[in-house]
Amino acid sequence: MTDIQTLIRAVDEADSSTHLLEAVQALAIAHTQAAIPSLIAALGYNNPGAAVAAVDGLIRLGEPSVLPLLEQLDGYNYGARAWAVRALAGIGDPRGLTILLHAAQNDFAMSVRRAATKGLGSIHWQKLEDDRIQSAQLQALEALLHVSQDHEWIVRYAAILSLQSLAIEGSKSRPDWLAQIQTRLDELAETDESLTIRARVRLAQQQIQNARV
Amino acid sequence: MSDVSDSFNGEQLTPSQAIETLQSPDLGLRVYAAWWLGKFRVNQPGVVERLIHALEDEADRTPAGGYPLRRNAARALGKLGDRRAVPALIESLSCSDFYVREAAAQALEMLDDRRCIPVLIQLLKNEIPGTEPSPVRLDFPQPYDAILEALGTLGAVEAIPLAKSFLNHPVDRVQYSAARALYQLTADSRYGDRLVKALKGKDLQLRRSALADLGAIGYLPAADAIAQTLAENSLKLIALKGLLEHQFCDIPLPSLSDGAIKIMNLMDSLL
Repeated sequence: MTDIQTLIRAVDEADSSTHLLEAVQALAIAHTQAAIPSLIAALGYNNPGAAVAAVDGLIRLGEPSVLPLLEQLDGYNYGARAWAVRALAGIGDPRGLTILLHAAQNDFAMSVRRAATKGLGSIHWQKLEDDRIQSAQLQALEALLHVSQDHEWIVRYAAILSLQSLAIEGSKSRPDWLAQIQTRLDELAETDESLTIRARVRLAQQQIQNARV
Repeated sequence: MSDVSDSFNGEQLTPSQAIETLQSPDLGLRVYAAWWLGKFRVNQPGVVERLIHALEDEADRTPAGGYPLRRNAARALGKLGDRRAVPALIESLSCSDFYVREAAAQALEMLDDRRCIPVLIQLLKNEIPGTEPSPVRLDFPQPYDAILEALGTLGAVEAIPLAKSFLNHPVDRVQYSAARALYQLTADSRYGDRLVKALKGKDLQLRRSALADLGAIGYLPAADAIAQTLAENSLKLIALKGLLEHQFCDIPLPSLSDGAIKIMNLMDSLL
Protein backbone atom coordinates (compact mmCIF):
# COMPACT_ATOMS: atom_id res chain seq x y z
CA MET A 1 0.00 0.00 0.00
CA THR A 2 1.36 3.43 -0.88
CA ASP A 3 1.59 6.20 1.66
CA ILE A 4 -1.25 8.15 0.13
CA GLN A 5 -3.59 5.19 0.39
CA THR A 6 -2.69 4.87 4.05
CA LEU A 7 -3.57 8.52 4.54
CA ILE A 8 -6.87 8.11 2.69
CA ARG A 9 -7.76 5.07 4.76
CA ALA A 10 -7.00 6.99 7.93
CA VAL A 11 -9.67 9.52 6.89
CA ASP A 12 -12.18 6.79 6.09
CA GLU A 13 -11.57 4.95 9.34
CA ALA A 14 -11.30 7.90 11.72
CA ASP A 15 -13.41 7.06 14.77
CA SER A 16 -13.44 10.45 16.51
CA SER A 17 -13.57 14.08 15.46
CA THR A 18 -9.96 14.58 16.60
CA HIS A 19 -8.74 11.61 14.58
CA LEU A 20 -10.68 12.82 11.58
CA LEU A 21 -9.18 16.30 11.88
CA GLU A 22 -5.65 14.88 12.12
CA ALA A 23 -6.19 12.50 9.22
CA VAL A 24 -7.58 15.24 6.95
CA GLN A 25 -4.77 17.59 7.91
CA ALA A 26 -2.20 14.90 7.02
CA LEU A 27 -3.94 14.21 3.73
CA ALA A 28 -4.13 17.92 2.86
CA ILE A 29 -0.44 18.42 3.57
CA ALA A 30 0.45 15.43 1.34
CA HIS A 31 -0.44 17.71 -1.60
CA THR A 32 -1.43 15.11 -4.14
CA GLN A 33 -4.29 14.97 -6.61
CA ALA A 34 -5.12 11.46 -5.45
CA ALA A 35 -6.38 13.07 -2.24
CA ILE A 36 -9.02 15.23 -3.94
CA PRO A 37 -12.04 12.87 -3.61
CA SER A 38 -11.35 12.31 0.09
CA LEU A 39 -10.76 16.01 0.75
CA ILE A 40 -14.04 16.82 -0.97
CA ALA A 41 -15.81 14.15 1.06
CA ALA A 42 -14.37 15.72 4.22
CA LEU A 43 -16.30 18.92 3.45
CA GLY A 44 -19.48 17.05 4.33
CA TYR A 45 -18.52 15.42 7.65
CA ASN A 46 -19.85 18.26 9.79
CA ASN A 47 -16.42 18.73 11.37
CA PRO A 48 -15.38 22.39 10.95
CA GLY A 49 -11.71 21.79 11.73
CA ALA A 50 -11.48 18.99 9.17
CA ALA A 51 -13.39 21.08 6.61
CA VAL A 52 -11.00 24.02 7.07
CA ALA A 53 -8.03 21.69 6.52
CA ALA A 54 -9.70 20.14 3.46
CA VAL A 55 -10.49 23.57 1.97
CA ASP A 56 -6.87 24.64 2.46
CA GLY A 57 -5.67 21.42 0.82
CA LEU A 58 -8.01 21.83 -2.14
CA ILE A 59 -6.97 25.46 -2.63
CA ARG A 60 -3.30 24.48 -2.62
CA LEU A 61 -3.98 21.79 -5.21
CA GLY A 62 -5.75 24.44 -7.26
CA GLU A 63 -7.09 23.84 -10.74
CA PRO A 64 -7.36 20.01 -10.60
CA SER A 65 -9.83 20.36 -7.70
CA VAL A 66 -12.25 22.57 -9.62
CA LEU A 67 -14.08 20.07 -11.78
CA PRO A 68 -14.55 17.47 -9.02
CA LEU A 69 -15.89 20.23 -6.74
CA LEU A 70 -18.32 21.49 -9.39
CA GLU A 71 -19.47 18.01 -10.37
CA GLN A 72 -20.52 17.14 -6.87
CA LEU A 73 -21.92 20.50 -5.86
CA ASP A 74 -25.58 19.64 -6.38
CA GLY A 75 -25.30 16.59 -4.18
CA TYR A 76 -23.89 18.51 -1.22
CA ASN A 77 -25.82 19.34 1.88
CA TYR A 78 -25.83 23.01 2.87
CA GLY A 79 -22.72 22.78 5.06
CA ALA A 80 -20.62 20.98 2.48
CA ARG A 81 -21.75 23.37 -0.22
CA ALA A 82 -20.64 26.33 1.86
CA TRP A 83 -17.19 24.81 2.28
CA ALA A 84 -17.01 24.03 -1.45
CA VAL A 85 -17.80 27.68 -2.22
CA ARG A 86 -14.91 28.69 0.05
CA ALA A 87 -12.61 26.31 -1.82
CA LEU A 88 -13.71 27.62 -5.21
CA ALA A 89 -13.30 31.20 -4.01
CA GLY A 90 -9.75 30.45 -2.90
CA ILE A 91 -8.79 28.68 -6.13
CA GLY A 92 -10.01 31.52 -8.34
CA ASP A 93 -10.70 29.42 -11.41
CA PRO A 94 -13.22 31.12 -13.73
CA ARG A 95 -15.22 27.89 -13.99
CA GLY A 96 -16.38 28.65 -10.46
CA LEU A 97 -17.66 32.10 -11.42
CA THR A 98 -21.37 31.24 -11.60
CA ILE A 99 -21.26 29.60 -8.17
CA LEU A 100 -19.42 32.55 -6.64
CA LEU A 101 -21.78 35.10 -8.21
CA HIS A 102 -24.74 33.33 -6.70
CA ALA A 103 -23.19 32.68 -3.28
CA ALA A 104 -21.88 36.24 -2.87
CA GLN A 105 -25.33 37.68 -3.40
CA ASN A 106 -27.63 35.06 -1.92
CA ASP A 107 -26.00 32.75 0.57
CA PHE A 108 -27.64 32.65 3.98
CA ALA A 109 -24.32 32.56 5.90
CA MET A 110 -22.32 35.75 5.97
CA SER A 111 -19.02 33.85 6.11
CA VAL A 112 -19.91 32.23 2.78
CA ARG A 113 -20.97 35.55 1.24
CA ARG A 114 -17.71 37.00 2.53
CA ALA A 115 -15.55 34.24 1.01
CA ALA A 116 -17.41 34.23 -2.31
CA THR A 117 -17.18 38.03 -2.51
CA LYS A 118 -13.46 37.94 -1.92
CA GLY A 119 -13.23 35.17 -4.55
CA LEU A 120 -14.88 37.41 -7.15
CA GLY A 121 -11.95 39.78 -6.83
CA SER A 122 -9.27 37.13 -7.25
CA ILE A 123 -10.41 35.19 -10.31
CA HIS A 124 -7.69 34.30 -12.79
CA TRP A 125 -9.40 36.00 -15.73
CA GLN A 126 -6.59 35.20 -18.17
CA LYS A 127 -7.68 31.56 -18.06
CA LEU A 128 -10.76 32.56 -20.05
CA GLU A 129 -10.71 33.03 -23.81
CA ASP A 130 -9.99 36.67 -24.65
CA ASP A 131 -13.45 37.37 -26.02
CA ARG A 132 -15.14 36.16 -22.83
CA ILE A 133 -13.11 38.06 -20.27
CA GLN A 134 -15.01 41.33 -20.43
CA SER A 135 -18.48 39.85 -20.13
CA ALA A 136 -17.36 37.71 -17.19
CA GLN A 137 -15.75 40.68 -15.48
CA LEU A 138 -18.89 42.70 -16.03
CA GLN A 139 -20.92 40.04 -14.24
CA ALA A 140 -18.49 40.18 -11.33
CA LEU A 141 -18.63 43.97 -11.28
CA GLU A 142 -22.42 44.07 -11.17
CA ALA A 143 -22.52 41.45 -8.41
CA LEU A 144 -19.90 43.32 -6.38
CA LEU A 145 -21.72 46.63 -6.67
CA HIS A 146 -24.79 44.85 -5.34
CA VAL A 147 -22.89 43.08 -2.55
CA SER A 148 -21.35 46.38 -1.47
CA GLN A 149 -24.81 47.07 0.06
CA ASP A 150 -24.87 43.87 2.16
CA HIS A 151 -26.11 44.51 5.70
CA GLU A 152 -23.04 42.81 7.22
CA TRP A 153 -19.98 45.03 7.38
CA ILE A 154 -17.58 42.18 6.71
CA VAL A 155 -19.28 41.34 3.41
CA ARG A 156 -19.13 45.01 2.35
CA TYR A 157 -15.47 44.98 3.38
CA ALA A 158 -14.79 42.02 1.08
CA ALA A 159 -16.71 43.76 -1.72
CA ILE A 160 -14.47 46.83 -1.43
CA LEU A 161 -11.34 44.69 -1.65
CA SER A 162 -12.68 42.95 -4.76
CA LEU A 163 -13.88 46.18 -6.38
CA GLN A 164 -10.38 47.52 -5.82
CA SER A 165 -8.88 44.51 -7.64
CA LEU A 166 -11.33 44.83 -10.48
CA ALA A 167 -10.69 48.57 -10.79
CA ILE A 168 -6.95 48.02 -11.00
CA GLU A 169 -7.28 45.11 -13.40
CA GLY A 170 -9.82 46.66 -15.75
CA SER A 171 -8.93 50.34 -15.51
CA LYS A 172 -7.10 50.46 -18.85
CA SER A 173 -9.54 48.50 -20.96
CA ARG A 174 -12.75 49.81 -19.40
CA PRO A 175 -12.47 53.33 -17.99
CA ASP A 176 -16.26 53.36 -17.63
CA TRP A 177 -16.03 50.52 -15.06
CA LEU A 178 -13.36 52.39 -13.17
CA ALA A 179 -15.65 55.40 -12.99
CA GLN A 180 -18.54 53.26 -11.75
CA ILE A 181 -16.37 51.70 -9.03
CA GLN A 182 -15.03 55.07 -7.96
CA THR A 183 -18.53 56.50 -7.72
CA ARG A 184 -19.59 53.63 -5.49
CA LEU A 185 -16.49 53.98 -3.31
CA ASP A 186 -17.16 57.70 -2.95
CA GLU A 187 -20.71 56.92 -1.83
CA LEU A 188 -19.51 54.42 0.75
CA ALA A 189 -16.90 56.89 2.03
CA GLU A 190 -19.67 59.41 2.62
CA THR A 191 -22.48 57.25 3.91
CA ASP A 192 -21.34 53.95 5.39
CA GLU A 193 -22.09 53.70 9.10
CA SER A 194 -18.98 51.64 9.80
CA LEU A 195 -15.69 53.40 10.44
CA THR A 196 -13.86 50.26 9.30
CA ILE A 197 -15.65 50.34 5.97
CA ARG A 198 -14.90 54.01 5.44
CA ALA A 199 -11.24 53.31 6.25
CA ARG A 200 -11.05 50.39 3.82
CA VAL A 201 -12.65 52.57 1.13
CA ARG A 202 -9.97 55.18 1.73
CA LEU A 203 -7.25 52.54 1.32
CA ALA A 204 -8.89 51.24 -1.86
CA GLN A 205 -9.02 54.76 -3.30
CA GLN A 206 -5.32 55.20 -2.55
CA GLN A 207 -4.35 51.86 -4.04
CA ILE A 208 -6.37 52.44 -7.20
CA GLN A 209 -4.72 55.84 -7.53
CA ASN A 210 -1.23 54.37 -6.98
CA ALA A 211 -1.83 51.69 -9.61
CA ARG A 212 -2.68 54.32 -12.21
CA VAL A 213 0.53 56.32 -11.94
CA MET B 1 -34.08 42.20 9.35
CA SER B 2 -33.75 38.79 7.76
CA ASP B 3 -33.07 36.69 10.83
CA VAL B 4 -35.69 34.04 11.64
CA SER B 5 -35.75 35.20 15.22
CA ASP B 6 -37.00 38.60 14.08
CA SER B 7 -40.42 37.16 13.48
CA PHE B 8 -42.90 36.87 16.26
CA ASN B 9 -45.46 34.08 16.22
CA GLY B 10 -44.49 33.69 12.58
CA GLU B 11 -45.20 37.34 11.82
CA GLN B 12 -43.08 40.46 11.87
CA LEU B 13 -43.28 42.26 15.17
CA THR B 14 -43.74 46.03 15.01
CA PRO B 15 -42.20 48.34 17.63
CA SER B 16 -45.59 49.27 19.07
CA GLN B 17 -46.58 45.60 19.35
CA ALA B 18 -43.34 44.92 21.18
CA ILE B 19 -44.01 47.77 23.62
CA GLU B 20 -47.50 46.44 24.26
CA THR B 21 -46.14 42.91 24.68
CA LEU B 22 -44.08 44.12 27.66
CA GLN B 23 -47.42 43.94 29.55
CA SER B 24 -48.61 40.67 28.00
CA PRO B 25 -50.22 38.14 30.39
CA ASP B 26 -47.66 35.67 28.99
CA LEU B 27 -44.52 36.30 31.06
CA GLY B 28 -42.29 34.58 28.52
CA LEU B 29 -43.46 37.00 25.83
CA ARG B 30 -42.60 39.97 28.03
CA VAL B 31 -39.03 38.70 28.30
CA TYR B 32 -38.91 38.28 24.55
CA ALA B 33 -40.32 41.77 23.92
CA ALA B 34 -37.69 43.34 26.21
CA TRP B 35 -34.95 41.58 24.27
CA TRP B 36 -36.50 42.62 20.96
CA LEU B 37 -36.74 46.30 21.91
CA GLY B 38 -33.02 46.31 22.69
CA LYS B 39 -31.99 44.28 19.69
CA PHE B 40 -33.68 46.69 17.29
CA ARG B 41 -32.89 49.73 19.42
CA VAL B 42 -36.48 50.89 19.52
CA ASN B 43 -36.20 54.39 20.91
CA GLN B 44 -39.83 55.41 20.67
CA PRO B 45 -41.29 57.55 23.48
CA GLY B 46 -42.28 55.42 26.44
CA VAL B 47 -39.94 52.49 25.79
CA VAL B 48 -37.22 53.51 28.20
CA GLU B 49 -39.76 54.30 30.95
CA ARG B 50 -41.38 50.90 30.59
CA LEU B 51 -38.07 49.07 30.57
CA ILE B 52 -37.00 50.97 33.70
CA HIS B 53 -40.26 49.89 35.28
CA ALA B 54 -39.51 46.30 34.26
CA LEU B 55 -36.29 46.45 36.31
CA GLU B 56 -38.56 46.24 39.40
CA ASP B 57 -40.62 43.33 38.08
CA GLU B 58 -41.66 40.77 40.69
CA ALA B 59 -44.02 38.68 38.57
CA ASP B 60 -41.51 36.70 36.55
CA ARG B 61 -39.30 34.44 38.69
CA THR B 62 -37.26 31.38 37.81
CA PRO B 63 -37.41 28.36 40.17
CA ALA B 64 -34.02 29.48 41.52
CA GLY B 65 -35.37 32.98 42.23
CA GLY B 66 -33.94 34.75 39.17
CA TYR B 67 -35.63 37.64 37.37
CA PRO B 68 -35.63 36.95 33.59
CA LEU B 69 -37.53 40.12 32.66
CA ARG B 70 -35.22 42.32 34.70
CA ARG B 71 -32.19 40.76 32.98
CA ASN B 72 -33.45 41.49 29.50
CA ALA B 73 -34.73 44.93 30.45
CA ALA B 74 -31.26 45.85 31.74
CA ARG B 75 -29.62 44.55 28.56
CA ALA B 76 -32.03 46.52 26.40
CA LEU B 77 -31.49 49.70 28.40
CA GLY B 78 -27.77 49.47 27.73
CA LYS B 79 -28.41 49.31 24.02
CA LEU B 80 -30.92 52.16 23.96
CA GLY B 81 -28.33 54.64 25.22
CA ASP B 82 -30.69 56.77 27.34
CA ARG B 83 -29.01 57.89 30.55
CA ARG B 84 -32.32 58.30 32.35
CA ALA B 85 -31.92 54.58 33.02
CA VAL B 86 -28.72 55.06 35.04
CA PRO B 87 -30.19 55.40 38.58
CA ALA B 88 -32.44 52.35 38.15
CA LEU B 89 -29.57 50.33 36.70
CA ILE B 90 -27.37 51.31 39.66
CA GLU B 91 -30.19 50.02 41.91
CA SER B 92 -30.11 46.75 39.94
CA LEU B 93 -26.45 46.25 40.91
CA SER B 94 -27.84 45.27 44.32
CA CYS B 95 -30.34 42.75 42.93
CA SER B 96 -30.14 39.26 44.39
CA ASP B 97 -30.01 37.75 40.87
CA PHE B 98 -26.41 37.39 39.64
CA TYR B 99 -27.45 37.77 36.00
CA VAL B 100 -29.38 40.98 36.66
CA ARG B 101 -26.24 42.44 38.23
CA GLU B 102 -24.17 41.27 35.30
CA ALA B 103 -26.58 42.77 32.76
CA ALA B 104 -26.77 46.02 34.75
CA ALA B 105 -22.97 46.34 34.89
CA GLN B 106 -22.76 45.80 31.13
CA ALA B 107 -25.55 48.28 30.48
CA LEU B 108 -23.92 50.92 32.68
CA GLU B 109 -20.67 50.38 30.80
CA MET B 110 -22.51 51.04 27.53
CA LEU B 111 -24.22 54.14 28.91
CA ASP B 112 -20.78 55.47 29.86
CA ASP B 113 -21.94 57.26 33.01
CA ARG B 114 -19.46 57.52 35.88
CA ARG B 115 -22.10 57.84 38.61
CA CYS B 116 -22.13 54.06 38.97
CA ILE B 117 -18.41 53.72 39.78
CA PRO B 118 -18.68 53.70 43.62
CA VAL B 119 -21.34 50.96 43.56
CA LEU B 120 -19.39 48.93 41.00
CA ILE B 121 -16.35 49.08 43.29
CA GLN B 122 -18.46 48.04 46.26
CA LEU B 123 -19.76 45.09 44.24
CA LEU B 124 -16.27 44.13 43.10
CA LYS B 125 -15.31 44.01 46.79
CA ASN B 126 -18.34 41.75 47.32
CA GLU B 127 -19.68 44.14 49.94
CA ILE B 128 -23.31 44.43 48.87
CA PRO B 129 -25.56 42.31 51.09
CA GLY B 130 -28.20 40.03 49.61
CA THR B 131 -26.39 39.48 46.30
CA GLU B 132 -26.45 35.79 45.54
CA PRO B 133 -23.73 33.94 43.63
CA SER B 134 -24.02 32.58 40.11
CA PRO B 135 -26.55 29.75 40.11
CA VAL B 136 -24.21 27.62 38.00
CA ARG B 137 -20.99 28.50 39.84
CA LEU B 138 -21.51 28.98 43.53
CA ASP B 139 -17.83 29.92 43.94
CA PHE B 140 -18.53 32.93 41.72
CA PRO B 141 -20.10 35.50 44.05
CA GLN B 142 -20.15 38.42 41.61
CA PRO B 143 -20.00 38.93 37.84
CA TYR B 144 -16.39 40.05 38.25
CA ASP B 145 -15.62 40.11 34.55
CA ALA B 146 -18.51 42.43 33.70
CA ILE B 147 -17.73 44.72 36.65
CA LEU B 148 -14.02 44.98 35.81
CA GLU B 149 -14.77 45.66 32.16
CA ALA B 150 -17.21 48.41 33.08
CA LEU B 151 -14.69 50.03 35.42
CA GLY B 152 -12.08 49.96 32.67
CA THR B 153 -14.34 51.51 30.06
CA LEU B 154 -15.54 54.16 32.52
CA GLY B 155 -11.96 55.19 33.28
CA ALA B 156 -12.28 54.43 36.99
CA VAL B 157 -8.62 54.99 37.94
CA GLU B 158 -9.59 54.79 41.61
CA ALA B 159 -10.21 51.06 41.02
CA ILE B 160 -6.65 50.30 39.82
CA PRO B 161 -5.31 48.73 43.05
CA LEU B 162 -8.44 46.62 43.45
CA ALA B 163 -8.39 45.53 39.80
CA LYS B 164 -4.76 44.39 40.18
CA SER B 165 -5.84 41.91 42.83
CA PHE B 166 -7.89 40.11 40.15
CA LEU B 167 -4.89 39.47 37.89
CA ASN B 168 -4.33 36.24 39.81
CA HIS B 169 -7.94 35.20 40.11
CA PRO B 170 -8.40 31.42 39.73
CA VAL B 171 -10.71 31.94 36.75
CA ASP B 172 -8.76 32.87 33.59
CA ARG B 173 -11.64 34.85 32.15
CA VAL B 174 -11.59 37.15 35.20
CA GLN B 175 -7.82 37.61 34.90
CA TYR B 176 -8.31 38.74 31.31
CA SER B 177 -10.99 41.22 32.31
CA ALA B 178 -8.64 42.64 34.93
CA ALA B 179 -5.85 42.95 32.36
CA ARG B 180 -8.25 44.55 29.89
CA ALA B 181 -9.45 47.10 32.45
CA LEU B 182 -5.94 47.83 33.70
CA TYR B 183 -4.72 48.46 30.16
CA GLN B 184 -7.55 50.92 29.63
CA LEU B 185 -6.81 52.63 32.96
CA THR B 186 -3.00 52.77 32.70
CA ALA B 187 -2.06 52.25 29.01
CA ASP B 188 0.70 50.01 30.38
CA SER B 189 1.70 47.51 27.68
CA ARG B 190 2.28 44.75 30.26
CA TYR B 191 -1.47 44.32 30.51
CA GLY B 192 -1.97 44.26 26.75
CA ASP B 193 0.85 41.73 26.40
CA ARG B 194 -0.78 39.54 28.97
CA LEU B 195 -3.82 39.27 26.70
CA VAL B 196 -1.60 38.61 23.69
CA LYS B 197 -0.10 35.69 25.60
CA ALA B 198 -3.60 34.39 26.24
CA LEU B 199 -4.12 34.05 22.47
CA LYS B 200 -1.79 31.06 22.59
CA GLY B 201 -3.74 29.29 25.34
CA LYS B 202 -4.99 25.74 24.95
CA ASP B 203 -8.68 26.41 25.39
CA LEU B 204 -10.58 27.74 22.36
CA GLN B 205 -13.17 29.58 24.49
CA LEU B 206 -10.38 31.44 26.28
CA ARG B 207 -8.65 32.32 23.04
CA ARG B 208 -11.95 33.72 21.79
CA SER B 209 -12.27 35.70 25.01
CA ALA B 210 -8.80 37.17 24.63
CA LEU B 211 -9.57 38.11 21.01
CA ALA B 212 -12.65 40.01 22.15
CA ASP B 213 -10.69 41.75 24.93
CA LEU B 214 -7.90 42.87 22.60
CA GLY B 215 -10.44 44.15 20.11
CA ALA B 216 -12.18 46.09 22.86
CA ILE B 217 -8.99 47.83 24.02
CA GLY B 218 -7.63 48.33 20.49
CA TYR B 219 -4.14 47.10 21.37
CA LEU B 220 -2.15 47.61 18.16
CA PRO B 221 0.89 45.45 19.06
CA ALA B 222 -1.48 42.46 19.10
CA ALA B 223 -2.31 42.68 15.38
CA ASP B 224 -0.07 39.89 14.07
CA ALA B 225 -0.78 37.61 17.01
CA ILE B 226 -4.52 38.04 16.44
CA ALA B 227 -4.17 37.08 12.77
CA GLN B 228 -2.27 33.93 13.78
CA THR B 229 -4.57 32.79 16.58
CA LEU B 230 -6.18 29.38 16.25
CA ALA B 231 -9.78 30.53 16.13
CA GLU B 232 -12.47 31.40 13.60
CA ASN B 233 -11.51 34.05 11.06
CA SER B 234 -14.77 35.87 11.73
CA LEU B 235 -13.72 36.47 15.36
CA LYS B 236 -10.22 37.52 14.37
CA LEU B 237 -11.71 39.99 11.89
CA ILE B 238 -13.93 41.50 14.58
CA ALA B 239 -10.92 41.86 16.90
CA LEU B 240 -8.88 43.54 14.17
CA LYS B 241 -11.82 45.83 13.45
CA GLY B 242 -11.58 46.91 17.10
CA LEU B 243 -7.86 47.65 16.69
CA LEU B 244 -8.45 49.52 13.46
CA GLU B 245 -11.19 51.76 14.79
CA HIS B 246 -9.09 52.56 17.84
CA GLN B 247 -6.37 53.91 15.52
CA PHE B 248 -8.68 56.67 14.34
CA CYS B 249 -9.07 58.10 17.85
CA ASP B 250 -5.60 59.63 17.43
CA ILE B 251 -5.43 60.18 13.68
CA PRO B 252 -8.91 60.55 12.17
CA LEU B 253 -9.85 59.69 8.60
CA PRO B 254 -9.12 60.44 5.81
CA SER B 255 -5.52 59.95 7.02
CA LEU B 256 -4.38 56.35 7.22
CA SER B 257 -1.54 55.60 9.64
CA ASP B 258 0.93 52.79 8.92
CA GLY B 259 -0.71 50.88 11.74
CA ALA B 260 -4.15 51.21 10.16
CA ILE B 261 -2.85 50.01 6.79
CA LYS B 262 -1.09 47.07 8.41
CA ILE B 263 -4.30 46.03 10.18
CA MET B 264 -6.33 46.24 6.97
CA ASN B 265 -3.75 44.13 5.12
CA LEU B 266 -4.16 41.48 7.81
CA MET B 267 -7.94 41.72 7.54
CA ASP B 268 -7.77 41.33 3.75
CA SER B 269 -5.83 38.08 4.24
CA LEU B 270 -8.44 36.65 6.62
CA LEU B 271 -11.54 37.16 4.49
